[in-house]
Amino acid sequence: MPKRTDIKKVLLIGSGPIQIGQAAEFDFSGTQACKALREEGLKVVLVNSNPATIMTDPETADAIYIEPLRADIIAKIIEKEKPDGILSGMGGQTGLNLTAELAEMGALKGVEILGTPLQAIYQGEDREKFRDLMKEIGEPVPHSIIINTLSQVEDAIREIGLPAVVRPAYTLGGAGGGIAHSREELLRIVELGLSRSRIHQVLIEESVMGWKEIEFEVMRDAADTCIIICGMENVDPMGIHTGESVVVAPILTLRDDEFQMMRSAAIHIIRALNVQGGCNIQFAFRDGDYRVIEVNPRVSRSSALASKATGYPIARVAAKIAIGLHLDEIKNTVTGCTAASFEPSIDYVVVKVPRWPFDKFKGADRTLTTSMKSTGEVMAIGRTLEEAFMKAKRSIDTDVRSHTSQSEIRMILSRPTDERFHCLFDAFRQDFSIDDIAQLTSITPFFLEKIKNIVDMEKHLALHCDTKDIDAAKRFGFTNAEIAELSGKDILEIERCAGLPAYKMVDTCAAEFPATTPYFYSTREPGCEIIRSNRQKVLILGSGAIRIGQGIEFDYCTVHAVKALREEGVEVHIVNNNPETVSTDFDTSDRLFFEPMLLEDVANILKKDDYYGVMVQFGGQNAVNLAVPIENEIRRLGLSTKVLGTTPDAMDIAEDRDRFSVLLEKLQIPSPRNSSAYSEDEAKEKAERIGYPVLVRPSYVLGGRAMEIVHDTAELETYMKEAVRVSHHHPVLIDSYLQNAVELDVDAVCDGTDVLIGGIMEHIEQAGIHSGDSACVIPTQSLSESIVNTVREYTKKLALGLGVVGLVNIQLAVKDNVVYVLEANPRASRTVPFVSKATGLPIAKIAAKVMIGKKLRDLGYQERELEHVAVKEVLLPFNKLSGVDTVLGPEMKSTGEVMGIDYDFGLAFYKACISAENELPLKGNIFISVNIEQKSEVIPIARKLRDLGLTLYGTEGTVDYLLDAGIEAHLVRKVQEGSPNVLDMMRHGEIRLIINTPQDKQSRQDHYQIMHAAVDFQIPYITTIQAARAAALAIDAIKREKITLEPISHYLK
Amino acid sequence: MRSWVSLDIYYCSQYYSSVQQCRHGSGIIVNNPLGTYDMEIMKAVLGLEDGEYVVGDGFGVEGECAGELVFNTQMTGYMESLTDPSYFGQLLMFTFPVIGNYGVDEQNFQNKNVCALGCIAKEICDKPAKKPSIRTFFEEHGLLGIEHVDTRALTIRSRIHGTMRAALVVGSDDGKYAVSLARKTPSICDINPIPEVSCKTPYRVPGTGSRIAVLDLGLKQNIIVSLSRRRGDLWVFPHDTTHDQIMACKPAALFITNGPGDPKQAVHAIRCIRELAGQLPIFGICMGNQVSALALDGNTYKMKFGHRGANQPVRNSDGQIFITTQNHGFAVDGETLPEGCRVSYTNVNDGTVEGFENRDLRITAVQFHPEAHGGPRDTECHFFDSLFRRLA
Repeated sequence: MPKRTDIKKVLLIGSGPIQIGQAAEFDFSGTQACKALREEGLKVVLVNSNPATIMTDPETADAIYIEPLRADIIAKIIEKEKPDGILSGMGGQTGLNLTAELAEMGALKGVEILGTPLQAIYQGEDREKFRDLMKEIGEPVPHSIIINTLSQVEDAIREIGLPAVVRPAYTLGGAGGGIAHSREELLRIVELGLSRSRIHQVLIEESVMGWKEIEFEVMRDAADTCIIICGMENVDPMGIHTGESVVVAPILTLRDDEFQMMRSAAIHIIRALNVQGGCNIQFAFRDGDYRVIEVNPRVSRSSALASKATGYPIARVAAKIAIGLHLDEIKNTVTGCTAASFEPSIDYVVVKVPRWPFDKFKGADRTLTTSMKSTGEVMAIGRTLEEAFMKAKRSIDTDVRSHTSQSEIRMILSRPTDERFHCLFDAFRQDFSIDDIAQLTSITPFFLEKIKNIVDMEKHLALHCDTKDIDAAKRFGFTNAEIAELSGKDILEIERCAGLPAYKMVDTCAAEFPATTPYFYSTREPGCEIIRSNRQKVLILGSGAIRIGQGIEFDYCTVHAVKALREEGVEVHIVNNNPETVSTDFDTSDRLFFEPMLLEDVANILKKDDYYGVMVQFGGQNAVNLAVPIENEIRRLGLSTKVLGTTPDAMDIAEDRDRFSVLLEKLQIPSPRNSSAYSEDEAKEKAERIGYPVLVRPSYVLGGRAMEIVHDTAELETYMKEAVRVSHHHPVLIDSYLQNAVELDVDAVCDGTDVLIGGIMEHIEQAGIHSGDSACVIPTQSLSESIVNTVREYTKKLALGLGVVGLVNIQLAVKDNVVYVLEANPRASRTVPFVSKATGLPIAKIAAKVMIGKKLRDLGYQERELEHVAVKEVLLPFNKLSGVDTVLGPEMKSTGEVMGIDYDFGLAFYKACISAENELPLKGNIFISVNIEQKSEVIPIARKLRDLGLTLYGTEGTVDYLLDAGIEAHLVRKVQEGSPNVLDMMRHGEIRLIINTPQDKQSRQDHYQIMHAAVDFQIPYITTIQAARAAALAIDAIKREKITLEPISHYLK
Repeated sequence: MRSWVSLDIYYCSQYYSSVQQCRHGSGIIVNNPLGTYDMEIMKAVLGLEDGEYVVGDGFGVEGECAGELVFNTQMTGYMESLTDPSYFGQLLMFTFPVIGNYGVDEQNFQNKNVCALGCIAKEICDKPAKKPSIRTFFEEHGLLGIEHVDTRALTIRSRIHGTMRAALVVGSDDGKYAVSLARKTPSICDINPIPEVSCKTPYRVPGTGSRIAVLDLGLKQNIIVSLSRRRGDLWVFPHDTTHDQIMACKPAALFITNGPGDPKQAVHAIRCIRELAGQLPIFGICMGNQVSALALDGNTYKMKFGHRGANQPVRNSDGQIFITTQNHGFAVDGETLPEGCRVSYTNVNDGTVEGFENRDLRITAVQFHPEAHGGPRDTECHFFDSLFRRLA
């Protein structure tokens, strides 16, 4: 059937901010879907609160709303836009849940749900409905019971036994779930799970721990044609969320009859769900027997992985199916000569490894369970599994400590944490047997054999390393550097012997048909499929796995750079290893290398073709760190390739405190007193001289890793022990800490002659909170025109003084009317997408053009004056990571961001808070507890909140203070004063907002417990006075005025 | 469901030893604790008729063989393929690079023996989940294999050139010799491998349902399983059985199986179908489809490189798509089918005929493998259930 003619306008809901369990994959899917629909002549209305997405770019959809993803708001957008259909399955669980809510509230009259039907949304998410459906169609599910209250736990233990799995209904990434081994553990997890579930329901289930975990990505069209896009096998067995598992594709250890049994079941299930589009189905498998574990009737992280693993564009095809096209009417854009109605066959092995944020959260519980904790993932492709494992291992870029103690290894293997995958290698290095490891981990011996092969090779290379050995090691994916290190031989000799890798194409069909996709991976084989081109070429380094401090923003910048260069007729190649992203979509660039991004991997690509240049500015700190090594390598190899944009030397000036200070002095720009030190003694001496408190951090950091405010010598000593491990090549930086200053961020583009200011952002939190965690606003709200002009002047002077060509991000602080420059980063920053969306200036694109020699003067852009206000707020992962300190500081903790846009600061801030899942109350009780020093500041805020009709609660000190100021406030006990206390009120849902700023040492325990409870019971909270002030303004604004609901183009007219 | 284990005795197995002349040789594998890369490895070379050759590591035993080099794109079911009699006389190359991960699963064999002449793989798994490994199995059964060759490059070469004759020499790296062997070997159109894989004498697989005469052109075991599972009373006949002999068992239907080689060489089967057409319902799979077309004076032709894999989409006349297993290098020319015949399935990728039927003569045939093993089972019920429905 051709496409439906009655559907002309479609609403697509994005997935909101990046958070654990919902990452860049939905930008990838959503963007692909928008493109697919518009190709068919449809109009697309898009709603997403996340500005750092390609899907919210003006060229992606016809009407783009950067608005909170809340049903009532979307209902109003529907009223205004009158779409014919809503595509439910593209925005992750957020998208599905909202579709269900919209349908329930009657907002979808005349709007057809396309793709995933309402019934399937319920059947996929509501455990009971899911089980009923499986029973009805005769597919086996684990024995289970559904409970809605804590008192039913005893029944569950009686019926299911222990250990048991807890799964809350309607949550992302299994949040709030877990495996319980004891009654106490079960009670604890169930309580949490019930509070997290939208419908207060959890499922307690027979444990299939240790079974193999198998996933299928299935597609179905209106003609009932069903195909399997990809089967995937988890290396980590059941018991660890698939998002937390090392995964291989295709399925490697099942016989064909076993595979086909589950393949048939998968098709059976998608038919029963009546999904038209894509669906993810998970099975547990053991000894010829299987259980259906879960279905996700939508695109997912796994479908993004399957798309990248096979080359099959699942979201694109799903979108076309949703508007009536049949699979055989959709072209396989990869081959260009076959239809989408086939099952991809691949001739390589794919490995996915998750990336966890535990380097940022020292206190967090690192155990891997059925709920997600990872922020991102990498994928690697090889022609042998060993090769794919090795490539994945070096793509993941985590600072792993290798373990040598037998007991330590045993512990990590049996109680899986983020370290387990790496620890498997350690175990073999310590001569553990395969049986032993299989026993401890339940990992299929097949995978262990492969890891053992790698470790055996390591051991072998230490003894022998002739041509044959090098060949074998290369086949296992070892780098020349690794071989040199293991064998003790000269790397140049290894390099000569090893030669260059071949690049093979990902073509969906195992070479059965000629393919045109330029999607490549490297391997150790003779047949290279790269055809050199004569065009001017640029290689852009992507950003790798999504991690805290290096998120989707850099993928956004990468994609923009690609688009800009392609507009200029340059051939653009990308190297990246993150399967969730738009940049790794096969039609984003002219050629995609799915590769690790170590120097050797990048250099190999440069050797294969004549590149005019390499761009490192857009991929975040990791890519930037490669600038100098790449330049040296280019020189060594005698290539004509240039590192484009700001020179590596200028980048070094920005990173090197001393050189930077000299520059600032020369330019007469004030900066806080600062210094750097290579040793503990030196650090102590320098800190004394600057004066405590000081801000300390290692140089070359990513998202403020290991940055801290240090108050005295003792704290400094502790810090130095931590920091030196973080980076031995670079010194520790020590800055004077400007207390209570206003912090600013500026993103600008410089071409060497002129400077274009993209946006000046005022942080809502005080200086000292990492800029990535701070809410900020464009335009500035509290600064005088002359201060802003000074900021402009400094930005220009500094960009030119540094010799920036491309993007630069400058952080400044204003205290007592003096503007200080804190630091400059001559590269794309996290705030580039926000600035672009807020102002309409595509600064990443402009920067890319400037980097290949265009002049700002000729491009014709100017700094924008805004009539509207845009607020960026961040999303913190505390509800996903137990045991983490919720206080914001100089170490970045947020995973994603949202934007609120309106004509008034209060309204914009209010919208941003809703989007960040921190909705401000308009009535009810507020609990206030602030630091002694801030009590005078809290008075006007408290007064305003009271005047707005909110009731104030507080503990003794705060209440006394408020009463003295004539503001009525109710007393509530501190936690240690016994029940009923503030925690009880929170538990009973009597508190709607918590304002709790970091406390002195005595009440820190109290603060910690309150914040923990706030996270658990999902009560909005504020931890800084500045944010409290903004919240009061927002509540005031929303009581006076209606929020504006207009597409982003309306503001940017 | 494992009824086919009891069918084991019906296998005919004599053909195999006559085909391969393998020298059990000196491929010594040294048990080395540091792993496979340091073994005393047999050399092996694959020569192609276009003059190209690739050297790799041999497995199995020393020896040589020559035939068509074909590639299969399925990612599982390597033993089903190696034991599929349709691969008889061909060198089977797997495009999936890691072969042998779950060992040798004899319960899924499609014939008692490996039928492919030799196995070409990127890598053979030495320590699979279940023993024996392919390597051990090949050694024990005197089979020839080569690994550590760039199968993707070879696949692309085959795709561009069309299927080539090739020779595999295990125990040597003499590429020129392998090329000369490849060039000497006859074209598949000039040989008739069916007698080698068809049963030598008739046998019966008893069942309580309709009696079906199965003309064995090199059948895959799962065809018997699929028919038996539906209670068919199967009388299996050698390829050269005459129509009288078949009719003597009073069958309700005739079933023509798959088989190796050029369908035009299956002269006995063609004659037999021609005689029986109209007298009883006739069903065919793969070679069965092709010989049925030839019997009705349709034509078949050799494809450039055929369809071999488990991901081939076919469209029925209602427009529905099924993913099928396929293994064929020849196809029915739809234009030449006589009046009364209707193409019932076409390949979505290249539009080739994937099945036809003639209602008047009650002939129903498909080019793909509804019996699967390996590959998807999407058409199994569809095909076999409707077969029995028609006999009811």
